[in-house]
Amino acid sequence: MARTYVLLAVTWTRAAAQYPLSMALLTVGSFIVTGLDMAAIAVIFAHTTSLGGFTLPEVMFLYGTSGMSFALADMLFGNVDKLSQHVRAGTFDSMLIRPVSPFIQMAVDRFTFQRLGRTAQAATVLAIALAHLHVPWQRAWMIPLMVLCGIVLFTAIWTLGGAIQFLLTDAPDVANAFTYGGGQLTQYPLTVYGSDLVRTVTFIVPLAFVNWQPGLFILGRPDPFGLPYWLRFLAPVAALALACVAGLAWRAGLRRYRSTGS
Amino acid sequence: MIELDGVGRSFTLRRKKGWLRGETRVVHAVRDLSFQVAAGEFVGYLGPNGAGKSTTIKMLTGILAPTSGHIEVAGLDPSRRRTALARRIGVVFGQRTTLWWDLPLKDSFHLIRLLYKVDREEHRKRLAELCEVLELGAFLDKPVRQLSLGQRVRGDIAAALLHDPLVLVLDEPTIGLDVVSKAAVRDFLRTLNAERGTTVLLTTHDLGDIERLCRRVMLIDHGSLAFDGTVEDLKATAPDETSIEDVVTRLYTRQARL
Repeated sequence: MARTYVLLAVTWTRAAAQYPLSMALLTVGSFIVTGLDMAAIAVIFAHTTSLGGFTLPEVMFLYGTSGMSFALADMLFGNVDKLSQHVRAGTFDSMLIRPVSPFIQMAVDRFTFQRLGRTAQAATVLAIALAHLHVPWQRAWMIPLMVLCGIVLFTAIWTLGGAIQFLLTDAPDVANAFTYGGGQLTQYPLTVYGSDLVRTVTFIVPLAFVNWQPGLFILGRPDPFGLPYWLRFLAPVAALALACVAGLAWRAGLRRYRSTGS
Repeated sequence: MIELDGVGRSFTLRRKKGWLRGETRVVHAVRDLSFQVAAGEFVGYLGPNGAGKSTTIKMLTGILAPTSGHIEVAGLDPSRRRTALARRIGVVFGQRTTLWWDLPLKDSFHLIRLLYKVDREEHRKRLAELCEVLELGAFLDKPVRQLSLGQRVRGDIAAALLHDPLVLVLDEPTIGLDVVSKAAVRDFLRTLNAERGTTVLLTTHDLGDIERLCRRVMLIDHGSLAFDGTVEDLKATAPDETSIEDVVTRLYTRQARL
């Protein structure tokens, strides 16, 4: 499956490379837009030395890890929430007659490496943050695991958003609230939000496991909301659970697919 | 090769009647449909608009799951083994392409080779053969969206046959084609069936397709089979009519009156 994905991605990239100028502009564009995000954080710190009790490098760390997870998930699977477009255009039927899962075909549709722009930006921020933080290796091992779990969590939410669209063909915005909204939410320390929201994103939509709970472990901080210490190791469990729910929802949705037109 | 046993498919339609209030209605697109197609047959599948032709095709290819009954195509249950079945069947939709709109035709073929995991050498040979017979050479480098309808349909047919399927299913392949393109497509399909032994099932509104290609005709109306037999049998149902158009018109309207 991974091999098919890569082969298809290469073909799409080659097709996009036939328009080199547009490709270059899109890459630069995505770098600038995400750079502005970082500027917003810089502006906040120009007026205060801490945000929600966190220092600038710590906030950059949270921003960078969330950004990495989100950008990589978006690059690899972000297209999955375009299901209703494919259904309406009839292209979803075409995917169903191919011997590869429509999930993979949709995810890789029009793949371009230009989407790497945002990943590169997040990686830069993370690198700067880590240079200032001096995280000991006893805690640093969590970083790659956390980014991976974040990718799984965001992908699962996108998949759920896609699965909903089998039933409601105009619901992509519902999913966007959780994915793009979740991407924004996790850029800042959760202490800037109310405690009810934090409980919701910890126990219901497990966005707190993208970077907050494991991040507290890496930064060696007590939980400002007083939630149990063991929660910070639960990211893989949360990711796996949500991925299973998403997978089942997708299968159920596919069985209920009704197609359109003649 | 194709086996349907008591197959039905119903759709639940919801009509909005104000905020949150709705009315549900069940529509039976196909009901209690049973037939068999043997390997190597060339079957025409006829029916007026909305009779259930496309729903049947979608169930045969695994796009839709039937709500009742059992289907087997090339030895597999389409809705449960959809991806495995995809390697054994080819599908062409005349009304919409299964190719990638913005990619040149040859890139579409390349993607298909990757999706079906066809051996590189075998793919090259097969593509050369199809290019020659379907005369695709002149527009292989053009994006699909720039092709004429006739070119696009020929491209779609080639795409459906690159993995050498056992069964070819075509949903209105000649719709909107001019006489020359139509003849080219018909010739190709006839040769494919005769020489390779590929089983072909085709839906159409063009009775010329039926007369020139199909040994067997099935007619579906209101979701169930109204006729199944040879073209001669079909004509014999209305001996006083001279053309096949009139025979079929009579069958369609008779069904409507019943």
